[in-house]
Amino acid sequence: MNLFCVGLSHHTANVETRERFAGHTETDCILRAAGCAEALLLTTCNRVEVYGASEQRVSTDEIARCLVRTIDNEPEEYAQPFYRYEDTRCVQHLFRVASGLDSMVVGESEILGQVKKAYESARASGAAGSCLHRLFQRAFRVAKQVRTHTDITRGSVSVGSVAVDLAQRIFGQLGNCKVLVLGAGETSERTARSLISRGVTDLRVSNRSSDRAEALARLVGGQAVRFDEWPEQCHEIDILITSTSSETPLLTPENLSAVLRNRVDRPLFIIDIAVPRDVDPSVNEMEGVYLYDIDSLQSVAEQSLALRRQQIAAAEAIIAKHIADFGESISRKLNCEVRSAKQPVLRETPLRASEL
Amino acid sequence: MRTIVALRAGIFRPGQFNFLAIGLGFIFQTAFLSIRGHALGRCPLTNLFEVFIFVAWSVALIYMLVGPAYRLSLMGAFTAPLVVLLQGFALIAPIDIRHPVKLLANPWLEFHASISLVAYGAFALACIAGVMYLVQERQLKTHQLRSVFYHLPPLTDLFAAITRLLWWGFALYTLGLVSGFFVGQPLPYVQVVCASAVWLLYAAILQGRHLRRLAPKHVAVLCIIGFTAALTLLWGITFTAQMPSLP
Repeated sequence: MNLFCVGLSHHTANVETRERFAGHTETDCILRAAGCAEALLLTTCNRVEVYGASEQRVSTDEIARCLVRTIDNEPEEYAQPFYRYEDTRCVQHLFRVASGLDSMVVGESEILGQVKKAYESARASGAAGSCLHRLFQRAFRVAKQVRTHTDITRGSVSVGSVAVDLAQRIFGQLGNCKVLVLGAGETSERTARSLISRGVTDLRVSNRSSDRAEALARLVGGQAVRFDEWPEQCHEIDILITSTSSETPLLTPENLSAVLRNRVDRPLFIIDIAVPRDVDPSVNEMEGVYLYDIDSLQSVAEQSLALRRQQIAAAEAIIAKHIADFGESISRKLNCEVRSAKQPVLRETPLRASEL
Repeated sequence: MRTIVALRAGIFRPGQFNFLAIGLGFIFQTAFLSIRGHALGRCPLTNLFEVFIFVAWSVALIYMLVGPAYRLSLMGAFTAPLVVLLQGFALIAPIDIRHPVKLLANPWLEFHASISLVAYGAFALACIAGVMYLVQERQLKTHQLRSVFYHLPPLTDLFAAITRLLWWGFALYTLGLVSGFFVGQPLPYVQVVCASAVWLLYAAILQGRHLRRLAPKHVAVLCIIGFTAALTLLWGITFTAQMPSLP
């Protein structure tokens, strides 16, 4: 039996192409009708892939036809953007996909959930049999091991999560942190929401327009503060998120030094996501103040991504070990099954070790 | 070394390895001090060699007491080099000089010396936590986050640990200092002055912390300076005097 993967991803096809071949609810059945003994469709925003097992080779073009959402008049082009991996390369590809190595953001963990969902769906519909079951169970193990034994998921790669991550590196538990959101913009709302999701309970919102401040405060479960009162709030707060449209800096070393005098042993984390900036950059040089503007948050995100990329070799080593081991274990299992069923030859079993 | 290699490779995972390794070392140190003590018929604090081994033992002891309680990730990795340094110096330097006359056991003197050195262990751990604080603080200030950043404890947790360790060290050191008045023999003037200087230094750090006059970063720096000064004074006193008592 052949084990194969046919698909397209952000590496090989643009979003229009991926949309065109995104498959539909009947795809599993059509694939099986096309000759696949087992088939599993994995669709995410970045990839459309079919994992299958078949006695006879099912052509890439045929699989592409099963995936196409609307029939058009260019059938000869169907197979063009697709890649095809067979046997060992198919196993390797799935292990890489499940571990997040093939993702647009290396190490992102969402893909594992999507792979699991696709597998569950194929199992429920009966499209995935023992061959794909073993393959995917192993893929989940590999992904877990990669995440546990490497730093591939370490650090945050989006601006909002970087800010929250940094806050946790400064304050530890965020439950006791007091947060002031200055400016009721969309980014500050997102960041505030992230902080709330990590345990922040005391959140204050201040905006030039008090209506917007109150609206945002209601939305995130915080408390609105009058705009002329925000400097006084700085004595109490631990985290300040600013995103006003002020043309001049609201916070300078001069007006902050008076605040810091009374809070010498408590750090102040300032997230300045406004452009032009609300906080004078020299504030970062003040004792106990950690200032991150949009560029520095972006730079931290890029550093995290670079750290993740450095982990690819370690992750590939784990995958290589599993590919070899998977071949052996499959071979052993199949031999047992063959003996118990008194089947004469190993080559008739669903998946041969030599194929892996 | 294992931790450094793992951190550099980005495959470090928090575990019990550092604690167990230091624990094993602690058992060997205890065995050595016990054998030496039996041979001398008193607490083995008669020369600089024994003093440094005892300080290294105290550092390991305090780490084992506070390490699991404070849950400070990587503290073991920062503690081990200091223990190696102290012990390495004791083993390499020609400082294991036998006292010309057999020193008689004096329980008060032994208590005074040993409790003071255990206080050094707490000061050493405060110094290590201070180094960890500065490493973390620097990365946050410069926006250059390395792999170690994600494994070090949060700044506020480190500062809380520094404060607690300082208080523990200060209490033990005060106890050691007070017990020095009960040894039944006059202590050398230089030792009393140096010991008082170390006590005053740590008292000033704690006072500055208590009154919120010192920023956490300054406390961390002073912990490093304080321990380095205390260790230098300890070495100076013991080396020049080559005598049984301690600051």
